[in-house]
Amino acid sequence: MNIDWLLTHSPALLIAIPLLAAFLTPLIDRVSRRARDAFVIAVLIAAEIIMVILAWDVFTVGTHIYTMGASSTAATIPAHAAVPIRIVLEVDGMGAFMGLISATVSLAAGLYSLAFVKKETGQGRYYTLLLLMLVGMFGMEFTGDIFNMFVFLEVLSIASAALIAFRFYHGDAVEGAFKYCVISSLGALMVLFAIGLLYGQYNLLNIAALAGVMKYTTLDRIALVMLVAAFAMKCGAVPMHMWTPDSYTVAPAPITAMLVAASQASLYALFRICFSLYGLTLDVTTMGIIIISLGLLSMFVGVTMALPQKDIKRLMSYHAVSQTGYMLLGVGVGLYLLGKSDFDTYGMAAMEGGIFHIINHALYKGLLFLTAGAIFYKVKTRNLNEMGGLAHSMKYTTIFFMIGALAIAGIPPFNGFASKLLIYESAYHVSPILSIIAMLVSIITLASFVKVFHSAFMGPPMENTEAGEVPKSMIIGMAVLAAGIILFGLFPGWVVSNIVHPAAQALASQAGYIGAVTGGGV
Amino acid sequence: MIYNIPFFAVILLIAVGMYAVIFKRNLIKIAIGITIVESGVNLFLITLGYREGGVAPIYTNLPSGVILPGGMVLPIPQALTLTSIVIGVAILALMLSFIIRIYQYYGTLDSRKVRRLKE
Repeated sequence: MNIDWLLTHSPALLIAIPLLAAFLTPLIDRVSRRARDAFVIAVLIAAEIIMVILAWDVFTVGTHIYTMGASSTAATIPAHAAVPIRIVLEVDGMGAFMGLISATVSLAAGLYSLAFVKKETGQGRYYTLLLLMLVGMFGMEFTGDIFNMFVFLEVLSIASAALIAFRFYHGDAVEGAFKYCVISSLGALMVLFAIGLLYGQYNLLNIAALAGVMKYTTLDRIALVMLVAAFAMKCGAVPMHMWTPDSYTVAPAPITAMLVAASQASLYALFRICFSLYGLTLDVTTMGIIIISLGLLSMFVGVTMALPQKDIKRLMSYHAVSQTGYMLLGVGVGLYLLGKSDFDTYGMAAMEGGIFHIINHALYKGLLFLTAGAIFYKVKTRNLNEMGGLAHSMKYTTIFFMIGALAIAGIPPFNGFASKLLIYESAYHVSPILSIIAMLVSIITLASFVKVFHSAFMGPPMENTEAGEVPKSMIIGMAVLAAGIILFGLFPGWVVSNIVHPAAQALASQAGYIGAVTGGGV
Repeated sequence: MIYNIPFFAVILLIAVGMYAVIFKRNLIKIAIGITIVESGVNLFLITLGYREGGVAPIYTNLPSGVILPGGMVLPIPQALTLTSIVIGVAILALMLSFIIRIYQYYGTLDSRKVRRLKE
């Protein structure tokens, strides 16, 4: 097994390894718990390593194509046909970028879970579902086939819904899970209907091939509305955000971190549909304005709803909604300017800002949810009024929380600052109002986290709680994400030019996406 | 016109299902609503692939006198529908098990009373 073989097959391996491992986990669980823990972590580390190798190759060499079941992985179009028929995995810069996020967050969540769910029953199934979530995310991010995207979306939704209800002995956990399940299955059915509309017109399911023949008829517009609505709902944009706080709050903390990454996989699907499937055939000005307004609404409503919350995880969930707004704003500005002369000057910068914010958000929001979980682990409550003085006993958690809070508020030198600055600067050229709202939201975010910091960590030590720090595996899980935040914050220039720019370029260039599939025939 | 009837049925099924999901308070009825929407979408996919007088798309069992490829119904929408049905069963099972747990915990299926999260 040499490196070339690994590289060629890595898109399929990344989906296959966690998928097989997921169903092996309950069997190994029967033998020994320690073996199962070691196995799950080994799989997550293997996925991360393969993902880094693949991403490095994609960023330096170019798009990876993998045709399932063909004689050669590059043979996207079979010899006797004119269009791609087999399922094609297409990993371009954006897909690889999202894959890196999913792999990293899953690794941190897996490490954190080792101690966090130690006292629960049904851990074998917990890890099975955790690995299935990773499969769903990878699948959505790598696939070049729109029906395949629907299937992985459902894999992701089912696994997430079951995991949200993991602590089913709390009634509210099941309530949140049911809400999530209804929303995501309705959304997925809308996606399927849209796929039917597209298939009925063009007899194609491959995204690149569809994009090549897209005529933007009335039916295409209906399909676009359904796809955008469904994926915006799944990524938690206001006005379809009501499920986000409910299900994020009740899920176990590592799963909440995974759910953030899962929402971003839906965000990726939204961008993929707008840029790669429709691209310049759609009315980019109108669509750009729609996405920008979704972003502004999410930012503002999210943060104002977060201010009065007393439940620490609910507060953070509303911040997740608000931060999603930044990504929509950045990429929306890019879409608004797509094909116009200003795109190269600041449209690209806006997209880079929005895309950079995706990875930053996954890191710091994941970290914040993990610290909230650590607090819950020790104090057994999520209510901010019932906690205080935790800095006395939990010094690592306090430091991690501060890193996360400063990063989300956009304070230099943490990573949130770098991406927000890119968004402020470029959105300003479209309309100064956009930047003003974005900055205002940032300030309110800081205010809200100062409140959390004060009421949870400051003050005299709490009485009648078990003192001390959380177990090591939880600290390691948080440290993985904190290290990412600090590295990205200290070297934003390197990250933007080597990781974010290729991703933005891949998203903006529809011709490149189509050419990679249709140009590589037998 | 007669060939458009399935499409009207699709619209009707989806509308009825959506109505149930949005306006009904009973959790079981919400689950039923989702199943109805799903049936509508499945019917839509199947109808897309239908051809008048077409035979099942199985090469080895082809009746004589069928002209290929026009004489067969499209196989891909059927494959899509099959996948979607399987996914639908999984979702339905999951939702029903949630409903059982909610009933055990709250003693009601009324969605107005099952809202501890709002407080």
